Amino acid sequence: MEEELYRENILDHYKRPRNFERLEGAAGFAHENNPSCGDVIDFYLDVDGDRVRRAAFAGRGCAISQASASMLTEALKGRTLEEARGFGEETILALLGIPVGPMRMKCAMLSLRALKSALGEAKSRK
Amino acid sequence: MKPFDADAVRKDFPTLVPGGFAYLDSAASSLTPMPVIEAMDAYYKECRANVHRGMYKAAAEATARYEAARAKVARFINAGIEETIFTGGTTDALNALARTLGEGLASGDEVVLTEMEHHANLVPWQEEAKRRGLVLKFIPVTADLTLDLEAARALIGERTKVVSVMHVSNALGTVNPVKEIAALAHAAGAVMIVDAAQSAPHFRIDVRDLDCDFLAFSAHKALGPTGIGVLYGKRALLEKLPPYRFGGDMIREVTLTSAEWNDLPWKHEAGTPNVAGAIGFGAAVEYLEALGMDAVAAHDRRITAYALGKLSAIPGLRVVGPTAGERIGAIAFDVEGVHPHDLATLLDREGVAIRGGHHCAMPLMAKLGLVATARASFGPYTTASDVDALVRGIEAAKRIMQA
Repeated sequence: MEEELYRENILDHYKRPRNFERLEGAAGFAHENNPSCGDVIDFYLDVDGDRVRRAAFAGRGCAISQASASMLTEALKGRTLEEARGFGEETILALLGIPVGPMRMKCAMLSLRALKSALGEAKSRK
Repeated sequence: MKPFDADAVRKDFPTLVPGGFAYLDSAASSLTPMPVIEAMDAYYKECRANVHRGMYKAAAEATARYEAARAKVARFINAGIEETIFTGGTTDALNALARTLGEGLASGDEVVLTEMEHHANLVPWQEEAKRRGLVLKFIPVTADLTLDLEAARALIGERTKVVSVMHVSNALGTVNPVKEIAALAHAAGAVMIVDAAQSAPHFRIDVRDLDCDFLAFSAHKALGPTGIGVLYGKRALLEKLPPYRFGGDMIREVTLTSAEWNDLPWKHEAGTPNVAGAIGFGAAVEYLEALGMDAVAAHDRRITAYALGKLSAIPGLRVVGPTAGERIGAIAFDVEGVHPHDLATLLDREGVAIRGGHHCAMPLMAKLGLVATARASFGPYTTASDVDALVRGIEAAKRIMQA
């Protein structure tokens, strides 16, 4: 039963992704892809001082990669950059709420890689 | 030809015995029957010793079983004993060939491959080309997902020294006209290599009939264990070919400053071999011979026809495979609205194992404008119920993803 609930959650984010838009000129930007399966994520961080005002993404690929990106943008809103830098594998797994086998880890963590990369850029832009 | 009963065959495969598991990824690796497992165990339990060296009974027994396995594999493809080299697998063999044939090539020499090659028959030649200034050319894939034989005729010319082609595409199921291409290669004075990884498990291979100069395949796709394969080479060519690995067993005599190579086949087998693997390989081809390769091929055709019929009836499902010529039981497809990785994960929950990805043929995928496809592939143990489970699983996945 619980697994069904989480699966609904992922499908919801996959079909109705949150913050699905390009924020041109955002402080942080990263492009990540999984060439082996075609998952692509363009990740944007709109920064205000030391806080994430908004996070957004554009992309395509499997449900797990896109849903985790969508969930990540929601989780980042209003967070400090410090908190955002602390986001790790466990954060993504907690957001997805389902066990992710080793074969799907790359899909799940694609958005995390994009976040790390975008944070690096946001920092250097300042 | 005596057809076999796939349901009876299944009883020999331990991972199928519990039931509720439709294994449809035989193109990635086939399942292993008990006689193969038992033959390998028997080596470890009964005559554990090194081969070709010891003077005692266990060593003699181990050597006898190892060489008997070689004879079985040689017979399986109609090759001679000296022409049958054990390798670590198809990738190992193709890497060795690129390097050792490369030693006889010069800058400007041409190597003809195809656009549908597996990375194992592409990347080694890319590296060798960089090393020696070789020119790589590619027989194109046509719109009906077969090789363009006319283009092959134009590409294989007087500068061509090597032509290397996959017999069967693991990504499409297409059977390529390697016999015709070998003739083109020979007319141009080039050697012909056949990657038989996906063909040897599905229909009879006769290296004399194909007239290829080299041929390689892996045990693990042909009901055998992982870590072992075979490289066939025409005797005269193997005599000429420098060894890929050097050390024990491949020498006859060694001084501090020189070494003399052993006779064929051992010249090309350095070090202690994968003894259990070879013995398992022998048991695997014996198992296939007992079923009869004609019967194996007929079964493959039957299940494939059944699967193609069922899959084509699913709305939104497109089969990505040849629409002309021969094909084997590896069916790539895509389902609208369901990414291959999600499909594979959802099918896994239904006890159905398929593959989703680029199938180690990224250039082919790029040419087809795809990144990944789903693939269901069959073995002698595959039944219509497996295909039915696949179809049910796809329909369930569609309902979930398209809700």
